[in-house]
Amino acid sequence: MSAPRFRDIAYQNFWTNNPIFLQILGICSTLAVTNNLYNTTIMSIGVIFTTALTNTTVSLLKALIPRKVRMIVQTIIIAFYVIIIDLLLKAFLPEVSKALGPYVGLIITNCIIMGRAEAFAQSNPIRHSFWDGFTSGAGYMAVLLGIATVRELLGFGTLYGFRILPESFVPWTIMVMAPSAFFLLGIFIWIAKSVMNRKEKKA
Amino acid sequence: MNAPDIALPVLFFASIFTSNILLANFLGMCSFITISSNLRSAHGLGLAVIVVMSITSIINWLLYTFVISVYNLEFLGFIIFIIVIAAVVQMLEMVIERISPPLYMALGIFLPLITVNCAILGVVLFIQIRNYSWDQALIFGIGSGIGWWLAIVALAAIRQKIDKAPVPSGLKGAGITLITIGLMAMAFLGFSGMLSVQ
Repeated sequence: MSAPRFRDIAYQNFWTNNPIFLQILGICSTLAVTNNLYNTTIMSIGVIFTTALTNTTVSLLKALIPRKVRMIVQTIIIAFYVIIIDLLLKAFLPEVSKALGPYVGLIITNCIIMGRAEAFAQSNPIRHSFWDGFTSGAGYMAVLLGIATVRELLGFGTLYGFRILPESFVPWTIMVMAPSAFFLLGIFIWIAKSVMNRKEKKA
Repeated sequence: MNAPDIALPVLFFASIFTSNILLANFLGMCSFITISSNLRSAHGLGLAVIVVMSITSIINWLLYTFVISVYNLEFLGFIIFIIVIAAVVQMLEMVIERISPPLYMALGIFLPLITVNCAILGVVLFIQIRNYSWDQALIFGIGSGIGWWLAIVALAAIRQKIDKAPVPSGLKGAGITLITIGLMAMAFLGFSGMLSVQ
């Protein structure tokens, strides 16, 4: 089997096979921080870093890992990279690290990372695996940034802490709280699916 | 640092309702959405989560207090926690298979799923960050497990009705489920005026 092309991998991970829209994977750890754009950005970068490097490592070691214990080995590889992120955050961005609290550690159980390692890195060359991990992380980031933009704009009237809406704007308290993340994600999926369905009909 | 001053019944109630692990903290979503399409499986997975969460929260509390923080191994915390969770799940699987085959038939297929359930690791990390004492850790683990079970059973029951409703084609499946979860989260927010634990 020849390895897939780089452009196709990127297109799939951003749109036709976007981890959030179609697979509904890995929203656990990151949805919680989407009421603030800055934290979402940091978290998503962490996820991209972990998926890309885990995919690379798994692909590199795929001949060495016995099939029976591969799950636990993958988990340990993921945990290894998450620890690196956690230490980096603690050292350079202590305030963000505090605000994110347990959610950094929860990147370990983010199903996207394990899912990509299982589905792609196990059976593909190293460079392709890196690229696949990177783009699926980025596809994930794109959706979460969309949600965070709406939540921060309507919840606080700011973007990245800069005031966008006038002072007279009454913030929507619901946008700061948990339910709005579910609603927005549901609506985002609705839009994406409707667009995809229409394309399919045309084709 | 000392353990926070929270009465155990308050903590128990709060972990089930006001800061529900799923609806307020978004943990355990992956299996939540896939499994909740069937009420029986939802119930089975929920029970398995209660059991695993109670056991891992207390084991990891012991490990954290008497091993990790004594030898300054905090940087290895994540790896130790996740290995403990995987080991507990594996052992539980073997024990249940031996003791009660019918229960194993009911719970067996859900147990491996639990290792990667974010809620379990989330509870362990919350316990560590909030510095709970051992009894608080145990109560928080059990309460969060019950909260997760309650949320998934309620959602599965609602989804059975949604199957018969006319939903726009783009919204079918994940979309309408997420919006339902949002409505449930709003309902649970109603409890938050009574007490809050952060």
